[in-house]
Amino acid sequence: MGQSAAGDAGKMSAAEFFHMGGYGLYVWGSFGVSALLMVVEPILLRNRRKATLQRISRIVRLNTEVRDES
Amino acid sequence: MSSRLINWFKFSSPPAFYDLAGRMVPWFTVIAVVLIGVGLYMSFFVAPTDYKQGEGYRIIFVHVPAAWMSMFIYVIMALWSGIGLVFNTRLSAMMAQALAPTGAMFTFLALWTGAFWGKPMWGAWWVWDARLTSELILLFLYIGFIALQGAIDDKRRADRAGAILALVGVVNIPIIYYSVKWWNTLHQGASVSISKGSSMGEVMLITMLIMALGFWAYSIAVALMRVRSIILERDRDTTWVSQLPEMQVR
Repeated sequence: MGQSAAGDAGKMSAAEFFHMGGYGLYVWGSFGVSALLMVVEPILLRNRRKATLQRISRIVRLNTEVRDES
Repeated sequence: MSSRLINWFKFSSPPAFYDLAGRMVPWFTVIAVVLIGVGLYMSFFVAPTDYKQGEGYRIIFVHVPAAWMSMFIYVIMALWSGIGLVFNTRLSAMMAQALAPTGAMFTFLALWTGAFWGKPMWGAWWVWDARLTSELILLFLYIGFIALQGAIDDKRRADRAGAILALVGVVNIPIIYYSVKWWNTLHQGASVSISKGSSMGEVMLITMLIMALGFWAYSIAVALMRVRSIILERDRDTTWVSQLPEMQVR
């Protein structure tokens, strides 16, 4: 019995998996958009940090140059 | 007692919290990746097929955790806003500001995955049901909070206005939570409730809880990343920011 259950699981093809028993569009539409947003948000935050660091370090450098000259 | 108090309040100063947040982000990122990875595996390969909804029910593993986070993040945001109003601490408002976009994202995901679940099961992407409508209002509250904070130039005034909006909006949270009880909704009642426990199969419940914990760790990691940028932007004219090691490069 256990063997046949394992055999069934092994037989599940990729096409069957993506078909999701007819609910493919709905299941992948949900998981897909969730995954997309949860990957994009950290990337956007990383870019924001880079931009912020760049902008502020430029101001800091300008200020120290002004101080050195005077 | 007094030494514990001092330690606690130390982290309400932006430089100390900037440093602490920076050290916590990697940990919560790892926890989130591991939990969501395990949760996804269980969602598709371990959790059994539902006898009523077939494979379609698997949407629950993102829908419910996203909906929980949408409400939970709002409560935490309102809590930080309240602390900011009472103690006049700048960092509290920054935390509230850091949480709002992530909360809005989870609210959108709860609505989106709900639509993708409602279509096959109810035959409609959207219905003006009490649960769905109150969740939509939550999305508008998040957007309103972000817009209000962005619209006021004076940061302290922006913080106060945002805090009041966040606190007033908190009445919507119990409305969302109890909407399925108070009104006759198409949306089903709670599968997991504090008073009655769970009506789900054990494997399904564990999978959902693992996903929820993963989303929770993700939210903390992302909010801490965002608050670090907010702290830098607001404190850009201070000495401590100019002396940070990451400012010295280039």
